[in-house]
Amino acid sequence: MTITRQPEWNAEEAAALIAPIVAAESGPVLLCLQAVQAHYGHVYSDAIALIADACNVSRADVHGVFTFYADLRETPPPAVPVRLCAAEACQAVGARTLKAEWSAACEASPELATLTGVDEPIFCLGNCALGPAAMVNGELIGRADVARLCQAIDAAQAQERPL
Amino acid sequence: MSIWFVPRDAAARSMGADAVAAALTDRGETVVRNGSRGMLWMEPLIERAETRDGERVGWSNMTAVHIEQALPSEDSEHYVGPVEEIDYLARQNRWIYERVGVTDPLDPEDYLRHGGLAGLKNALAVSGDAVVDIITTSGLRGRGGAGFPAGIKWRTVAEQSAQPHAGESRDATPHKYICVNADEGDSGTFADRMLMEGDPFCLLEGMTIAAHAVGADRGLVYLRSEYPDAIATLQAAIDIARERHWLGDDILGSKVAFDVEIRVGAGSYVCGEETAMLESLEGRRGMVRAKPPLPAIKGLFGTPTVINNVLTIASVPSILARGAETYAALGQERSLGTQVFQLAGNIAQGGIVETAFGITARALVADFGGGTRSGKAVRAVQLGGPLGAYLPDDKLDVAMTYEALAAAGGMIGHGGIVVFDETVNMADQARFAMDFCVEESCGKCTPCRIGAVRGVETLDKIRAGQDVEGNTALLRDLCDVMTQGSLCAMGGLTPNPVLSAINQFPEDFQSPVIATG
Repeated sequence: MTITRQPEWNAEEAAALIAPIVAAESGPVLLCLQAVQAHYGHVYSDAIALIADACNVSRADVHGVFTFYADLRETPPPAVPVRLCAAEACQAVGARTLKAEWSAACEASPELATLTGVDEPIFCLGNCALGPAAMVNGELIGRADVARLCQAIDAAQAQERPL
Repeated sequence: MSIWFVPRDAAARSMGADAVAAALTDRGETVVRNGSRGMLWMEPLIERAETRDGERVGWSNMTAVHIEQALPSEDSEHYVGPVEEIDYLARQNRWIYERVGVTDPLDPEDYLRHGGLAGLKNALAVSGDAVVDIITTSGLRGRGGAGFPAGIKWRTVAEQSAQPHAGESRDATPHKYICVNADEGDSGTFADRMLMEGDPFCLLEGMTIAAHAVGADRGLVYLRSEYPDAIATLQAAIDIARERHWLGDDILGSKVAFDVEIRVGAGSYVCGEETAMLESLEGRRGMVRAKPPLPAIKGLFGTPTVINNVLTIASVPSILARGAETYAALGQERSLGTQVFQLAGNIAQGGIVETAFGITARALVADFGGGTRSGKAVRAVQLGGPLGAYLPDDKLDVAMTYEALAAAGGMIGHGGIVVFDETVNMADQARFAMDFCVEESCGKCTPCRIGAVRGVETLDKIRAGQDVEGNTALLRDLCDVMTQGSLCAMGGLTPNPVLSAINQFPEDFQSPVIATG
């Protein structure tokens, strides 16, 4: 089941969303991109030109900012994003093994892969004494293993309320 | 009726603290959500007291199931006794972290009862210049990694006049900024996060003192998006502080006007570098700026800007409250005061250890940390984050000061200590260091942007057993170029973990391994 949480693109609505940021801030481009993503779940390509016009900078400038930051996405996020920490403190307690196990679980279950998306590694969630750390739908998981990840995914799905 | 304390810290929540709190509430118990004590292997560590400020006894590793069965008793195997008498805590010297784990982070009355605002009141009673002198006397150095004396930085900003934003007309409102670097991207570090979640008012108080000291009117906290709990807690604290006139136009009835906003990062490690952070705050790609001009003279939007780490700023209220001399009496050489060490990775007792500079790495890893979590021998310890050197177990008697670590080829960085057991392959770790630089380089300077890519390729050849000697020489040469030629610490320090792995663990680079990435 795909859970639609993010609204469809609406240029007028997006313009209204970024207008107060442009009016108040000296360097508004990144804030505008973040606001668009917070509302729509990702940055629709139409947003680039809209933000460029509103901020009086070139589309190339906005595109440059958009592509620099790992958080900013051009496609909708998966329904229940799963991110595994790939940094040193978690490596020391089996992050590489967990990643391999998780990839195997996703390969075995296409539904799981679609639901959680391709794992994009994340470098440090600040839970370095309780690794391996993971984030499931924005919730931090300590001492993660495949069972705990699946538990968290179930909990996240139980909370989902389609629009 | 007893009061139960269940941490709201993200680390405790990651081990089920919310469910424990809910189970206690379901039983009709009174629950306070405190910060974490920093003994993270015990989380969720819940505590019980008869009164709000009474002695607290604790139970470690609690689950909702435990609570549903029965309220924990002193006979339980989870019982840890009076929490503040636990050796791990009792042996610390908590200044920055004095309230973390003790108070409800978002209860302003709790903050005041535990010494909050004493530093700000002392600061407002004297001139900004006098505050800068106090910070200079304390010997406080930047906790972000570079260790630059905070007093000198503040003096530089104080001596500048406020400026309109670059590009604005000359009669536009002039500003100076306090920018707090909360882009805690180093693996193995979480002290900024826990401070912001456990005692956010302390950070705001420190920023306000800094603002008074240098004459700044605006504050920004650049907080990484990977820390949603810290963002929410700090924002809630800002809202409360504004209501209470701890922020705003007439702080505590004085003429000091200062306000703070959060800026959320967007998943870029290099934005923890101060000039890249400024670019990001100005809405651009987080690309490093060449210095000079120093940010203290031309910083955010061209205005004089103090940029300090969370722990630097959070040290300030206690220095003002307890006195610069008392603070400077702690530590060694030019590493004065306390440092918040973070024990991480493969460690039995991971968490926060705040103590005077000068403790040895071995005391932290073995005495506080209790060795590895896996029970195997310690093989390597990475000090100071992803850009810090790996030390073998027999080099851990080094004192944790800026000076001693520099002499030993390491760095204190942000105080993170990541422990690896004997299963670690150091060639994998060297490759990861280069690969991380590939991922996170801002791309502005060639040694970092291209050097890291070539470094990964060369390490792959070494790992595959191709001309190990020749490729190792090439890698050393490449590291030299990166060290000498990079614009910032990203490319300049990436050779630290790589070369220390090669020098200290040469055996891992001799036999071919299967590439694991």
